[in-house]
Amino acid sequence: MTGPVLDVSDLSVSIRGNTVVDGVSLAIGAGEILSLVGESGCGKSMTAFAVMGLLPKVAKIDRGRVELGGSDLVSISEERRRLLRGAELAMIFQEPIASLNPLMPIGRQIEESLIIHRGVSSREAKSAAIDMLAEVGIPEPQLRYRQYPFELSGGMCQRAMIAMALICRPKLLIADEPTTALDVTIQAQILELMKRLRDETGTAILLITHDMGVVADMADRVAVMYSGRIVEEAPVETIFASQRHPYTRLLLSTIPRLDGQAKTELPVIEGTVPDIGAWPAGCRFNPRCPVAGDKCLTELPALAPRPDTGRAACWHSDRVEALV
Amino acid sequence: MNAQPQSATPTKPARSSNIPWAALPFLIIVIAMVLLAIAAPLVAPVDPNTQNLLARLKAPGTVSRGVTYILGSDELGRDVLSRLIYGARISLFVAFSSVLLSGTLGSILGMIAAFYRGWVEIVIMRLVDIVLSVPAILFAIITVAVMGPGLVNVVIVLALTRWPRYARVAYGQTLSVANMPYVRLSHFMGASWLRLLGRHVLPNIAGSLAVVATLEFGLMVLFEAGLSFLGLGVQPPTASWGAMLSTGRNYVATAWWIATFPGLALFLLVLSINLIGDHVRDRLDPKAR
Repeated sequence: MTGPVLDVSDLSVSIRGNTVVDGVSLAIGAGEILSLVGESGCGKSMTAFAVMGLLPKVAKIDRGRVELGGSDLVSISEERRRLLRGAELAMIFQEPIASLNPLMPIGRQIEESLIIHRGVSSREAKSAAIDMLAEVGIPEPQLRYRQYPFELSGGMCQRAMIAMALICRPKLLIADEPTTALDVTIQAQILELMKRLRDETGTAILLITHDMGVVADMADRVAVMYSGRIVEEAPVETIFASQRHPYTRLLLSTIPRLDGQAKTELPVIEGTVPDIGAWPAGCRFNPRCPVAGDKCLTELPALAPRPDTGRAACWHSDRVEALV
Repeated sequence: MNAQPQSATPTKPARSSNIPWAALPFLIIVIAMVLLAIAAPLVAPVDPNTQNLLARLKAPGTVSRGVTYILGSDELGRDVLSRLIYGARISLFVAFSSVLLSGTLGSILGMIAAFYRGWVEIVIMRLVDIVLSVPAILFAIITVAVMGPGLVNVVIVLALTRWPRYARVAYGQTLSVANMPYVRLSHFMGASWLRLLGRHVLPNIAGSLAVVATLEFGLMVLFEAGLSFLGLGVQPPTASWGAMLSTGRNYVATAWWIATFPGLALFLLVLSINLIGDHVRDRLDPKAR
């Protein structure tokens, strides 16, 4: 087994001097699906943009390395990064219909990165695009190749976007809330498709979501982020079975259960996410944490190995299981 | 209960709008003028510069030495109809090439300003403000005084004074289109900025630019006429509608046809183009739908 496809170590990103991603480390192996979960504003999208080299102009990487297949994406030139995007790393996101150019046939958009990165002839690109359309389960690929986005449904547009992302066989696919805009039936189909393509191509997937149902269905491993830091990380079965960080515990307890009592109120995590730049001293979860002690108010816990497998960053991880 | 039975039924959108009935007569006028201009040597009754001093200032319909002056003759005995047909060449050539030049220049600069932001945006958009604040005629007089009068110089002057119109529209449209997810996605897929602008931004803003171009086209016809009227444009004996108006002005009291027919032609061309422009805008502007 070779090393991880993506190896992020100690990545920190700040916007106008305020840290938004603080020392994030994560690694994804070939064919693995790592799910990055957390509330809005916890830094999960910023982490993804940093990996893509597409941070907004106001944001900058303060320290850390982002290694893709051995080369550090932080230190290479913008031009080399551009040539990696689409070829070695690709991205899909929500809003599948708006993500396609309304004035360009679907096929043209799918073959675009093949033409940019592989310099193939337009005839080769066309046949590759038609193959790819068939591969993502779009019927009548010859016809769809010529059609415009408005002639396709939302689910088909999402399939087309996946075809766009995977046509160059990238090592890593970043999926930022890929199924949020779709209804559950289509959602299940798209997730199934992503898993199938992962199996066929060995593409690693960084799945950004806050839908725990999607996580349970898709992920091999889960990393939970809170206020710019990874607070817990473990294989998916482990994290659903037992939690070693109170945030993870509370987050999972808020998911409605099919076998639950119909009239009971769902638990909530008291308080709100601290504002960026106004993070509390010590553990950033301490204002909302039911097990917080004195040490939590002053010292920031680092990720430490859980007793079974995975890592968690909590001073009182042994008390977490007793919660809720 | 059945308050709106009409709108409730999912009728197919009316396809009759594929034929632009409202603009059709004006389209025919413009196309006819273009064809006449192209085929000028074939359709003009006589050579536009041949003088006949015995047939000076003849009224429309006069026959002199076997030549019928359908629209009369001018102060040098030249056929007004022939000069009108040849003059269309000048008007349409100047309007077309200046719209093409200023449109290209303005669109590219506007897109670049919106795409790069920062100091590029500041430089280009302030330049737009500066050029718009200089009176075009003044600029034209200065330029022609330096470079000399002539057709090519008129086109250059018009291109240099009119590009900010396109730049402003291209700038505003690009700002909104550049943030569309499909442009971001293409950027994420490693598309170069040239590809982003050319394949994703330009096609999506071309409609608005086409509207500006049609309206500008009519204005360019008038500008050329104005410059030729002032003697800064086409030089005699070449026929141009503006120049014909200019000389015809001296004879308005005695030979009304010399100035009237080029004036009418100008009026008809500019009116037609503006109405076509309005129609195009109605068709392409999503807000006007």
